[in-house]
Amino acid sequence: MHELSVCQALIGQVERVARENGARSVVAITIAVGPLSGVEAGLLEHAYPVAAAGTLAEHATLTIETVPVRVRCRSCGAETGAQPNRLVCGACDDWQVDVIAGEEMLLTRVEIETEPAPVH
Amino acid sequence: MCRDCGCSLGPAAQRAPLAAAPSVPGKTETIEVITAILDENDRIAAHNRGHFDGHGVLALNLMSSPGAGKTSLLEATIRALDGKLKVAVIEGDLATENDADRIRACGVPAVQITTGNACHLDAQMVHDALDRLPLADLDVLFIENVGNLVCPASFDLGQHRNVTLLSVPEGDDKPAKYPVMFRAADLSLITKTDLLAYITEFKLERAHAALRQIGFQGETIELSNRGGDGFTAWLAWLEREVTSQRERAARGETAKPSIQPEGASAHAAGHRPSR
Repeated sequence: MHELSVCQALIGQVERVARENGARSVVAITIAVGPLSGVEAGLLEHAYPVAAAGTLAEHATLTIETVPVRVRCRSCGAETGAQPNRLVCGACDDWQVDVIAGEEMLLTRVEIETEPAPVH
Repeated sequence: MCRDCGCSLGPAAQRAPLAAAPSVPGKTETIEVITAILDENDRIAAHNRGHFDGHGVLALNLMSSPGAGKTSLLEATIRALDGKLKVAVIEGDLATENDADRIRACGVPAVQITTGNACHLDAQMVHDALDRLPLADLDVLFIENVGNLVCPASFDLGQHRNVTLLSVPEGDDKPAKYPVMFRAADLSLITKTDLLAYITEFKLERAHAALRQIGFQGETIELSNRGGDGFTAWLAWLEREVTSQRERAARGETAKPSIQPEGASAHAAGHRPSR
């Protein structure tokens, strides 16, 4: 369960971006996570409120985009999907493949509030 | 799909946000940033790697499940080297000094990191431990990670190579069950092979096949700490890596494990936000 550490690192990044852009608070965060990154989206969601408490991102929503595993075959050149524990070419079944997607653990988007809502 | 490099960072299955914001926000702004979530850890890891390279020390990250024989392997290795290489060990465990005590009993420096309930070492913990080690006097630093087949794989510590252990009693399908960890290895050691005679369910060919299926493209050595060809091959690998590291350090170069969770940050480097 290293997802709490990952969330704390995420909040650190988000707060840096928020401060650099003069944010009052963070409204929404989007991250991209692949199965080969070693983190679980569900566990990140559970850990997130704990890491976000008391920060600029306390009330931000977290959207996790899951990135499917894709491999490129060194033999036939095909680019196909693959399972994390079966990284073989979907076209010719060769195991000499390069992973081209699925390792991501990236912060991709931060939505910030720069001015308060008008009071009616 | 991403226009810059063709990766698949497009919209995928989106998950519902956990909780709605408490009120209607005021003026908002969306900032596109593509950075590795563990950027700060990666930065400290690179700093650690700089320390190792500055002293020409080879740093190896040992990962396995608890009980696969990491500490026993180190004890046997230190005894077999008999001072030929100058070794130190960083031990990671949730609690106790037991493993560091075992290493010190072999006559080499050891620093115990007790992580509390943390399931992995991170670059900062290793950095703090480096202050207590005579780096200038070393050839090789072993970092024995917390016994865990999941979490340690996600954190770069500044090591040059990852070594994973798969022990015979664990079963030959462990790589299929924990693909991220075993794929991250540069060297995969199948340990406790002296038990193959008793644990006949473990088939070496199935273990090798499982490693291939998860995209492991490193070297594999089958060994028992009690000696034999495999153990000799492990010592030879170690000496080769120490020599390579010295040569690299002399040229002002460095090395990283061939597979890092860092595919992500390498990828991100091409996507640094323009603002």
